[in-house]
Amino acid sequence: MNRVILAGLLSHWRRNLLQLITLLAGLALATALWSGVQAVNVEARASYDAAAATLGEGRYDQLLRRDGQPIALATYVKLRRAGWLVSPVVQGQEAGIRIIGIDPLTAPGDLGPVQIGEDADLQAFLSYTGQLFANADSAKALRDLATEIIIVADIAPGTAITDIGVAQRLLGKPGQIDRLIVAPAQPLRQAALAEIAPELSRQVAQGGSDVARLTDSFHLNLTAFGLLSFSVGIFIVNGAIGLAFEQRRPVVRTLRALGVPLRRLILIMAAELAMMALVAGLIGVSLGYILASVLLPDVAATLRGLYGAEVAGTLTLRPIWWLSGLAIALGGTAIAASGAFWQLAQMPLLAGAQPRAQVMAAGRRARWQAVLAVALLLIALVLAFTAQGLVAGFALLASMLIGAALALPMVLDRILAFAQARARDVRSTWFWADTRQQLPGLSLALMALLLALAANVGVSTMVSSFRLTFVGFLDQRLASELYVRADSDEMAEGIVSYVSPRVDTILPIQSVDVTMRGQPVEVFGNRDHATYRDNWTLLSSSPAPWDNVANGTAILINEQFARRADLDIGDTITLGTTPLDIAGIYGDYGNPIGQAVINEALFAQLYPNVRPARFGLRLDDADVPILVRDMARDLQIPETHLVNQAQIKAFSVGIFDRTFTVTQALNVLTLSVAGFAMLMSLLTLAAMRVPQLAPAWAMGMTRRSLGRYELLRAVLLAVLTAIAALPLGLLLSWALLDIVNVAAFGWKLPMFLFPAEYAKLLILALIAAALAALWPAWQLSRTPPSDLLKVFSNER
Amino acid sequence: MNGKIAVLALLPTAVFAQGFAGLGTDAEGFAIPRPDRVFDFPTDHGAHPNYRIEWWYVTANLSTKAGEDYGLQWTLFRSALAPDEGDGWTSPQVWFAHAAVTRADAHYVAERFSRGGIGQAGVTAEPFLAWIDDWQLTGDFDSLNMRATGPDFAYDMDLVANGPLIFHGEDGYSVKSASGQASYYYSQPFYDIAGTLDLPGGEIAVTGQAWLDREWSSQPLADDQTGWDWFSLSFDDGAKLMGFRLRQTDGTSYTSATWIAADGTSTAYADGAFAATPLNSVTTAGRDIPTRWRVTLPARNVDVTVAAVFDDAWMDTTVPYWEGPVRVEGSHAGRGYLEMTGYE
Repeated sequence: MNRVILAGLLSHWRRNLLQLITLLAGLALATALWSGVQAVNVEARASYDAAAATLGEGRYDQLLRRDGQPIALATYVKLRRAGWLVSPVVQGQEAGIRIIGIDPLTAPGDLGPVQIGEDADLQAFLSYTGQLFANADSAKALRDLATEIIIVADIAPGTAITDIGVAQRLLGKPGQIDRLIVAPAQPLRQAALAEIAPELSRQVAQGGSDVARLTDSFHLNLTAFGLLSFSVGIFIVNGAIGLAFEQRRPVVRTLRALGVPLRRLILIMAAELAMMALVAGLIGVSLGYILASVLLPDVAATLRGLYGAEVAGTLTLRPIWWLSGLAIALGGTAIAASGAFWQLAQMPLLAGAQPRAQVMAAGRRARWQAVLAVALLLIALVLAFTAQGLVAGFALLASMLIGAALALPMVLDRILAFAQARARDVRSTWFWADTRQQLPGLSLALMALLLALAANVGVSTMVSSFRLTFVGFLDQRLASELYVRADSDEMAEGIVSYVSPRVDTILPIQSVDVTMRGQPVEVFGNRDHATYRDNWTLLSSSPAPWDNVANGTAILINEQFARRADLDIGDTITLGTTPLDIAGIYGDYGNPIGQAVINEALFAQLYPNVRPARFGLRLDDADVPILVRDMARDLQIPETHLVNQAQIKAFSVGIFDRTFTVTQALNVLTLSVAGFAMLMSLLTLAAMRVPQLAPAWAMGMTRRSLGRYELLRAVLLAVLTAIAALPLGLLLSWALLDIVNVAAFGWKLPMFLFPAEYAKLLILALIAAALAALWPAWQLSRTPPSDLLKVFSNER
Repeated sequence: MNGKIAVLALLPTAVFAQGFAGLGTDAEGFAIPRPDRVFDFPTDHGAHPNYRIEWWYVTANLSTKAGEDYGLQWTLFRSALAPDEGDGWTSPQVWFAHAAVTRADAHYVAERFSRGGIGQAGVTAEPFLAWIDDWQLTGDFDSLNMRATGPDFAYDMDLVANGPLIFHGEDGYSVKSASGQASYYYSQPFYDIAGTLDLPGGEIAVTGQAWLDREWSSQPLADDQTGWDWFSLSFDDGAKLMGFRLRQTDGTSYTSATWIAADGTSTAYADGAFAATPLNSVTTAGRDIPTRWRVTLPARNVDVTVAAVFDDAWMDTTVPYWEGPVRVEGSHAGRGYLEMTGYE
């Protein structure tokens, strides 16, 4: 019995192969975009986690020297002898790989992903030759080292772990310790750190790696994109299912008339859809995997360049994707089909399948849709003024986007009605009326297009604003033409005396890590100089902020610190025992922690042991390459210690271009999906259109001009949709920059507009719509006259 | 599995941890104990890095003024991956230590690790200092200060010896199996001890007797030996008894004992003279552990029942074992310490 019913139902797909393809393709594309983006995110995060686990960063408190110098072995032993359970780490670069040396005897138990299992052996690990644990890529890079290399997949990319003794030898840092990891459980009767090693400062665990938090912004973009792409896809699926159910009404009617219970019918249809969802889901996950592996190298390059975060350039196939991909396909189908099922359950037993009835039903649906749209937009409006925090930010995004999408058909209908009322001749009246009549059938595709366009406008505004701000910020922060780093105090003195006669100004750069108001803050002691006064833009300030900083009574803090510690201009904070007025708050984009600036003299008084190890040099741009060459030659300063401002900027811009590659690839993909939705809607509508167009043809319109009108109509609707998408996209980017970003990262990005960018998008949308309409229009213009005549000869 | 534990499970750790991890009879590169050694003090109180394993092992039976019993352990082990000392971090000497405090209803344990060569742990003979991190045993061997800390306990004790060193087996050459495995083994069982325990309930003043064992070797267990039961008993009449039983895979055991008279004269007893038989077992840490024993040394008319002060004195360390204070009743009454290893 079930088989017969299923066969009856399935026959519909055989007759409407295109619809089946639409359904499967829409679902597969939605799943692909979603799982592809998720794959990229998951892979990147897995890399950060591996890195964090490798380094113990974030999970354990650490001790570091305030001046950034290595920690002496004697200090380590002194700490241990005083009852401090700390474990030494040394690290450095070798063949482009970060070598991390740990002491397995004192490292906290779960430090490092190295599961030195049965086949490992401590004797070899601790031996003079030693063992290096690394992933396959790193192992390849390190193969020339005279050390046994053991390949372990879950070691962070670009990292190798070995015993501290071996690492010190390989890195040429005998006896050196870079930092100490503090074990979570410490014994009783421990002396205070300040008594044993006052030169060390304790860095509190942050419960997550810095890198992961830094790159959150980037991943948030990707996730938002994935989600939007998925909803675009779901719109297509919803359209296809809705249409199929409408068209199958006669079958359903017949089956029910033959006595098939409604419940069984619904179950069988649900099973049919679930099957399709599984097939489409499998295709989607495979496509997503391909998408992710194409995108990942670019994403990896972006993250590496932008944040120094190492992400493996290759993808690991994780079972969780298959499952989550299939789940999202099933879930998406369920959402898309719920309306259709509800209608099926409500349908009077003998309701016919008539296009007009469809439109009437659509009219009823439209009213509900309008109510829902207005409700959602109202919620969005309220949230826009009140939203604080990530969840509210995302709720705002969701209600705004869905509300706008649902409102779109109504708005378009009003516009078309307005045009129709003003039409002068018969032909244009017919054109507007016919367009309105077609709107319900196309509305889902148009909603998809709206979302795709809005997402594009929103995300590209955000990324471009970020780029502009960041480059401006680099101008501010890298005001000096050349930066040079010294390894020791002698080297610093050598640099100062060498460059003094050759540059306009030397600006020493010095900082300490402190904790203020419970927040980790980097305090800089800056020289009072025009470089800072002229270049630094303060987001807000008291009168004469620089003068007050110069006379040692005021402090400047970054936006993150201000927001997190709830500080504002005029508040007073204490550094050591010195009370300081907050004279200004500056933007500090991309920095995960707080930062503050005080005057050089005050800094020297508060932290007499800290010497500047970096210097900003002001000189003529043209002289930079010569000075770099001379310093390298005369002072033997390694190239890595010299940073040319122009180079940094070029590098940063290059990285942003990488980000754009990723963003643009996704832009094109979402637009293609929307275009595809349009094509499918037009194709499925085409068959129903014949009876509507036949009278127009009979009254003398050529098939050719009918085709032209079809094309024109599609482009017109796309243009109207694109115009609606622009403000929506801008609202979207406003919400991302002003609410989501602040909630997620603690700083607000100024928003910039990019009209040329939007014009380009508009043209792209038109091209997509025209391409989508081209084939149906061409088909229409080639409809055999006999088909058109048949409309009059028999009542289908 | 926890990475570090996995690493350390591979350590050729200590003799008491049953005959695993390649602690067999081959001792390539390591010196092997020979009979007729002439001990040289204070040098021999220090480390012997050309032997594979070595320990400084203090146990004490303590009482408060109110008569409450406490047990205390301070142990430093040296386990060499290769003979002799190396430079800095490349040293092949691995040090680890266990400290514990036991009373009738609780057992506190802490553990430390270090490698040699860097100054974090080691033993010097003159002046005598055995240390790892903030734990130490220091003095002139006849009078010592002993400290250890854990996350939930700490102690600080002073020890004063009022008797001679005791050499086990043949003048300190202690045979451990029929096939000839042996170690150098001497003790100072005559310490009076006094100090404070810092426990979660507050500081407690205690006094009592302590027993220090020194032992080093390169191949202490035979292949067919699975663990041991070691007794150090101090009788109320001033006499003391050290006896151990090495369990063998065939169900038999190899025993050895030293009788120490109150005046400090000692007599060694070869395999078979001493016997220890489990009377009751308890389940602790998922293992059946005998915490009540019948111990006999007929040559000295000893027939006593030895019972744990606290059954759950399980040392939940990287290499786990049972170690705790005991009460002695029967032909002789007294107190002592019991160590049991190799119970799986």
